[in-house]
Formats: sequence, C-alpha cells, structure tokens
Amino acid sequence: MSIEEIQNEIIDEFSMFEDWEERYQYMIDLGKDLPLIDDQYKTDNNIIKGCQSKVWVHAEMEDGKLIFTADSDAIITKGIIAILVRSFSNQPPKDIIHAETDFIDQIGLKEHLSPTRANGLVSMVKQLKMYAIAYQTQMK
Amino acid sequence: MPQSGLSLTAMFKVEDIRKDFPILSRKVNGKPLVYFDNAATSQTPKQVIDVMVDYYSNFNANIHRGVHTLSQEATDLYEQARYKIQEHFNAKFSHEIIFTSGTTHGINLVANGFSSLLKKGDEIIVSALEHHSNIVPWQMLCERSGALLKVIPMNQEGELVMDEFDKLLSENTKLVFVNHVSNALGTVNPIEYIIEKAHEVGAAVLIDGAQSSPHIKPDVQKLDVDFYVVSAHKMCGPTGVGMLYGKEEWLKKLPPYQGGGEMIAEVTFEKTTYADLPHKFEAGTPNIAGGIVFGAAIDYMNGIGFDTIAAYEHELLEYATEKLLQIDGLKIYGTSEHKTSVISFNLEGIHPYDVGTILDKLGIAVRTGHHCAQPIMDYYKIPGTVRASLSFYNTKAEIDTLFEGVKKAKMMLS
Repeated sequence: MSIEEIQNEIIDEFSMFEDWEERYQYMIDLGKDLPLIDDQYKTDNNIIKGCQSKVWVHAEMEDGKLIFTADSDAIITKGIIAILVRSFSNQPPKDIIHAETDFIDQIGLKEHLSPTRANGLVSMVKQLKMYAIAYQTQMK
Repeated sequence: MPQSGLSLTAMFKVEDIRKDFPILSRKVNGKPLVYFDNAATSQTPKQVIDVMVDYYSNFNANIHRGVHTLSQEATDLYEQARYKIQEHFNAKFSHEIIFTSGTTHGINLVANGFSSLLKKGDEIIVSALEHHSNIVPWQMLCERSGALLKVIPMNQEGELVMDEFDKLLSENTKLVFVNHVSNALGTVNPIEYIIEKAHEVGAAVLIDGAQSSPHIKPDVQKLDVDFYVVSAHKMCGPTGVGMLYGKEEWLKKLPPYQGGGEMIAEVTFEKTTYADLPHKFEAGTPNIAGGIVFGAAIDYMNGIGFDTIAAYEHELLEYATEKLLQIDGLKIYGTSEHKTSVISFNLEGIHPYDVGTILDKLGIAVRTGHHCAQPIMDYYKIPGTVRASLSFYNTKAEIDTLFEGVKKAKMMLS
C-alpha cells in the first residue's frame, strides 16, 4: 500500500470513534503495538529533541524501502509515533520525503500538530523525513 | 476535613472571589476550566485588568523627565506602585525596590553585579531545590569569577538538609541563593535560619520569592535578607514585570546591570555618571503599565489578606492530598510539613506527560515535566511529575474533578 492509502485507512479507522476518549484509547492501543526499536538503538543520538517525553527512532533500509522502529517512555507519544511509523515505514525514501501529513488533522489530533506542542509531533515528522532524505542521498 | 463552625469558608466566600476572575468561567475542550497551574502563572482579577485598561485609556505616557501633565500623572502612578510594593514587602526605603522584568531578571542583575566583587577561591551556595533560573546565572557567575558553586542537598521529603548547609558555610562563602518555596515541590525552606547562618560568616543572601510571594507576605527587614526577588504574574499581576528588593548598602555596591536612558546622571563621551537608586538599575523605558498594575495586584491580594489566603489554601492542600492519596499507585513528591498548596505526583508506571494530556482533555490545567528543576527529578530518578498548584480561587469541587480525572487517566493509560 502507498502512504496515501495507509493514511486513508487510518482516517477510516478513526472515523468510527465518537469522542476524544475513544480516539485516545485507540491511540494508546496502537502505541502498545508499536514495532519496538532494538535496545541497541535506544541511544541519545536517536532521541528526537523537542519532546517532553523521550522518543527514539531508528531507520534501516531493506530492498529500497525504509523500515522505522521506535519507542517512547510516554504511551500517548508512543501512539502518535506508531501512527507515523505505520504511515511511513516500509516505503521508498522519496515517497516519505514528499508525503503529506494532513491526515493527523483529519483523525482529530489537530492539537498535536502545533509546533509549540510539547510532544513534538512536528519534530517526529521532521526526523522521519530527515532519515528518508539521508538514505535517498545515499542511494544516488 | 475540618468543617467546624469557624471554618474559613464562613469569612471567605470563594464563589464570590471566583466572580472576580473572568477566565475562570471559560471552557476548555468543552469542559469548565479547572486551573491548577497557578505556580506557573496566576490568573488576573478584573479589578487588576481594569487598572491596565484605565492606564492605557487615560494615562499612557513615558515617565520621568516629562514636563507635560500626562507624563507627570503616569510617573506618579508608577512611583505610587513602587511605594505599594515597598510597603507590602516592608522595605526600609522605596529606592530599595527595583522594577525588573521578573524574578529571572532580578537574579541575573544581582549575579552580574557580583562578578566584579568575587574572586577565585570564593564560594557561593545554592540549594538542590532550585529552579534553573536560580542555578544557571550563578554557574555563569562562577565561570566569570572563578568562584566555586556548592549545593545544599535535599532529602526524600523534599526538604533541604540543614546540617549539610552548616558544613558548607565557611569564611570563603560570599553568597547564598535559595528559593523561599520550591516551585516543583512546594516545600517552604527555612530561610530565616539560612539568612542568620550565612550572615554569621559574612555572606550575602538572595531569596527567590517567585513561589512564596503568592502565598506568604515576607517582611524583608525582619528577615534581614539582602536580596528578595519576585514576579508579578505569580501574584495576580501581569507578565513581564517583577521586583528586586536589595538592601541599600548592597545596591549601592553593585555596578549597574544595563546601560541606557534613565540610569544616568550625566553623559559625556569621556565619562558617564550613574543615577541614584533605584534608577541606576532601571535603564530604558520600563514596563510602566506593568509596574502600575503590579501595584494593583498587590492591593487586590491584600484586600483578601495573606493570612486568609494561606489558611484557605492550606485547607485545599490537605483536602487534595488526602483525596489524591486514595488513588492506588499515586505517589506524592514533596511531603514536607512546611508546604504551600502544590502537589507534585506520579502514577506508578505512567509517564506524567500522558496524565497531563488526558487531564487537559477534561479541561484540567496542570503542569507536567521537570518544572525547570531537573536536579530534583534526578534525585528522585523520575523524568518529571504532574504538578497541581492550587490558589485561593480554587475550590474543593475542582479538586474532586481532578480526582476523577486522575482516576480516568489511570484507567485509560494502564
């Protein structure tokens, strides 16, 4: 599936929820299922700055596609990064670089998009895209 | 709960007080706002907001040196505010009151001034309970002067260990910097003892009063403190203004902090002479409206009375502590007997950020994180806490809402 298709799938899932509580509960559950980063990559170098909680992200290339794994010490943050990883992981770097993130707004998590928000969703997106740019440059 | 016939609620009608604060009737995320982030900034009553509006509507002008009526009126209002602040903190002279942009500015002003007074081998003492604002300027001062920074350690209750403080003091000690109340835990520190002991070895003492001033009315002369710093926005006043109290002898000794207008007596390209106190430390056009409104905020709080405020807040603190401890796995950090109305807590196995996020969805404003006091978090080996800081306009019903909110957060996040 393409990034856009995955994002539409996420939008569909979230559209079933009636209130914030159901949305957050689902996000918390997604956080619990996040493909966990190998402990050896949970280093200070892999911490995303700008988050009140700690977020680690690791990226690896496999057959021209970028695989993300991540973790956080806060479960809601973990849910947010899980949504991003699901949307971006296992995709070619160039698609990740050009991917939109409007779907965050559409699934009712708009408040997390503010650049001043302490959870750093914007920093997370930036970091995932940075990985994509780095690997894309390597491929050339 | 103490519900005797002499309960404070008899003379203190919190529902009437709440009507003074327009913001308390707004909704957040569809729920009535429960504002428990008072230690970060307090809310502003309409009596204080009105003074701000009145100033800009009727008196706005640049102060001092103006020959025209508006300037004179604005100057009078600004200087009247200084007298109000002097009276409130019981300073000996009004020129011992320096308007600043806030506590951090006041600390930096003093730290900067001491650069030229310290030498290598001198020692300055801070406490383990400090806000980063009362750590970093002194570290910078040490880098500039070669002085050594020593730290009074804390214990599990979140109190300073006074025996250790006694040991740190020596004839090399030149300065001691401690907060009156810890922002992260609410501990009220024994500043009377600290000031007395520091003076015995000839050291000056600066007390960071940012967190005490909303709850306690300090008497700087009785305390015999050398410097006391506060921010107006923690005392129902506006942001961007605060006060540095300094004993006259110290303020005369310290060099000016910033150069500019207002702080000079005479300027030629060969030499500038500085203005007298307090203007020596008030370069540039000050926060005129802020200063005047700060005075109004002090009037408002004194109108209620600090004894009444302290007693009611203590009642709230006891109620909230007892209530929150009913939740399994909830741990309170900062359990000193001497506390202001601050409850710093965590739920076992749950990140404070998650709890704060869920509470926000319920309209409850708390602060999460390290509260700019990382050394305290390191001591407890935690990433941070959830901090509910209560004020005299909060109610027991709001504490019940917090209690239900924390239970809900626990259920969702476990």
